Amino acid sequence: MAATPAKTGNRPPAPRRGGTVEGRQRVREGVTTALMHLQLLVVAVIVIYPLMWVVGSSFGPGGGLANATPIPENATLDNYIHLFTQTDYGRWYLNSLYVATLNMVGSVALSALCGWVFSRIRFRGRKASMLGILILQMFPSFLTAIAVYMLFLNFGLLDSLTGLALVSIAAALPYNTWLMKGYTDNLPASLDEAAALDGAGRLTIFRRIVLPLMRPMLTFVAITSFTVPWMDFILPRLLLQSNSKQTVALGLFQMITDQYSNDFTTFAAGAVVLAVPITILYIVLQRHLVTGAMAGAEKG
Amino acid sequence: MTTTETSEHPVPAPDRAPRGPGRAGPGTPAPVPGLASALVWGAGQLINRQAGKAAFFFAFFAGAVVWEIATGNYYAGMEFTPRSNGGFFVKGLWGLTTLGTQPREMTLTGLTEGDNSIVLMANGLIAFLTLALLAIIWIWSIRDAARYRAALNTGGAAESSRVYFGRIWEGAFAYIVLSPGLILLVFMSVLPVLFGILVAFTDYNRDNLPPKNLVHWVGFENFATIFAVPSWTATFTGILVWTLVWAVLATVTTYAAGLLLAVMLASRRIRFPRMWRSVFLLPWAVPAIVSALVFRSMFNGQFGPVSQWLVDIGLTDERVYWFTDPTQPNLARGVALLVNLWLGFPFFMALVGGVLANIPDSYYEAARIDGAGPVQQFRYITVPIVQRTVTPLIILSFVHNFNNFGVIYFLTEGGPDNVDYRFAGSTDLLVTWLFKLTLDNRLYNIGAVMSLVIFLIVGAISVLNLNRTKAIREL
Repeated sequence: MAATPAKTGNRPPAPRRGGTVEGRQRVREGVTTALMHLQLLVVAVIVIYPLMWVVGSSFGPGGGLANATPIPENATLDNYIHLFTQTDYGRWYLNSLYVATLNMVGSVALSALCGWVFSRIRFRGRKASMLGILILQMFPSFLTAIAVYMLFLNFGLLDSLTGLALVSIAAALPYNTWLMKGYTDNLPASLDEAAALDGAGRLTIFRRIVLPLMRPMLTFVAITSFTVPWMDFILPRLLLQSNSKQTVALGLFQMITDQYSNDFTTFAAGAVVLAVPITILYIVLQRHLVTGAMAGAEKG
Repeated sequence: MTTTETSEHPVPAPDRAPRGPGRAGPGTPAPVPGLASALVWGAGQLINRQAGKAAFFFAFFAGAVVWEIATGNYYAGMEFTPRSNGGFFVKGLWGLTTLGTQPREMTLTGLTEGDNSIVLMANGLIAFLTLALLAIIWIWSIRDAARYRAALNTGGAAESSRVYFGRIWEGAFAYIVLSPGLILLVFMSVLPVLFGILVAFTDYNRDNLPPKNLVHWVGFENFATIFAVPSWTATFTGILVWTLVWAVLATVTTYAAGLLLAVMLASRRIRFPRMWRSVFLLPWAVPAIVSALVFRSMFNGQFGPVSQWLVDIGLTDERVYWFTDPTQPNLARGVALLVNLWLGFPFFMALVGGVLANIPDSYYEAARIDGAGPVQQFRYITVPIVQRTVTPLIILSFVHNFNNFGVIYFLTEGGPDNVDYRFAGSTDLLVTWLFKLTLDNRLYNIGAVMSLVIFLIVGAISVLNLNRTKAIREL
């Protein structure tokens, strides 16, 4: 598809058939255009209103859900101060950051290595292990998570952030390996062969030649594996227990379901602090993310 | 398992040094070294005069035996029972088959230490996997011994152990590089998956928690519970039907809305398409957990602004309890679908937008010359081209929605309550039900059965999808 570049839109001149017809047509076109813009405007309002409402609430004077408004009358930063002084939000944020960083580094390193090996080296058991990875990848990760929970429960391994990161890496590894393998398949092998003729070892070829070419896919895996732990709920809910080991997602959910704490505005502040960096990251890198998702689907 | 039974007891090695007449001449038939290696690992290689290889294979054999003896209690001098005397392998396999025999009891001296069935099961699983690995090496040694001899007998050149290992080492590069990922996968994915499958056949639940009680194998009893006990069956079928309806509607609505908006934004009549696009991408970029929790608050029955607004404009007389009114399950379901639409359409919009940008304008020009109107152009050019590219993603999206834990759990927590269901509400999907069964109600065995059922359904869809793609053929 990429082979045929899109031509720049040059609109064919409208057929001229005489004054009145043309005029009527222009009016009709104008109405359609206006209606289309109206429709877009309605969608935009629906999209923006909930977001504005939560941002507004986070600046509103403290209180419950009932007096939350999109545009607070006397805006204050009290909720943010309350969030970082009266709750463990800062602690949760650092926990999430730790898990996310570990998850990103581990996922990128392991999946790049494994994907490259599966793509470039023929060895015994290659087909069998790729089939195994394909099947594991179908097994939804929370199903393994529940089994991991039962195992950790009986061996006393619960409540460890590093353990959570390791489980997350393993859960996403089959899929990420597929992505990397598919991407490496499309890189020209002639470069590797030339380097091998020059006497470069296999790991050198990987580091110096293949890895730089894999950068787009590395970026995709890095972004997804960095952002997932911030939003993931099931795994941390199963594997973490003590209050000081919570992640942001768990803490936010607790804030809003807790029947006795009636501070919606603090939740709103926490939601904004969590959402803003991730939203910016997604908007800036949207092209990478969409292409990566496409590549993943085409490879199964 | 039975094949490696020989390794579990310290067998007095029978005649391990076949030096005697020495060089087993070219006359020795091929099965002889193979048989020797089957009895004592490496013996066949020794007959073939490959000492290095023999030592390599024997090391595995000896290692397994030593490990078993070191972890066991073989010199206690009492009657041998696997429970008190067995080592890693014997006790592991014993634990895996019996799940323990000694419950924790209150005696005069205090609480005795009973068997912890789940720990025994997990250890047994690890022992079993190790044995399986050893069995592969065992078969390798037998085949190597027989084949090498056969090659010699037909006039092949002798190969020293060093050359052989050099060859293997060269080929082992891939395995060495893969090993960290493989080890992580085995312990964090494969082992739990196998463990989860085993739990489906036990009575491990809140009434039967180790280390207080023993867990037993119960065969297919849990499957019978779900598919034969009426209250369970009603819950299961009810939830399954809703899950399927949800997955279909959620996928169709998000795709349709995404397609419509992408086509509109691609139109030349629209001013500032990039600005609109950026705004519409927001629901995709904001973390789903945040949006879902915000909607949960907006649709809160008692204090939420939506109910309040409807009362204010006089559309309803009293507040609407969106997610908690047991008489209105479909209201909660509908709102959940709408919220999911809000969350899901931008992804498809971005995808379709990318495809549209790549459709050459000449297609449309040709269609215009042939007199096709905008609707026909959309129907016969845009839709087929988009469909072809996006279909795999639609299927992925269906699977994702089938297991869409986030939207349902954060928005409704499965509510409103449904008195006909066991441990589930009207909007619960199979996944959220499974989550509640395991975490809130500690019905681990029923939860494990549900995991298997979900896996079978999702797996079947994924396999269908895979058959369409290149992935399988490229294996």
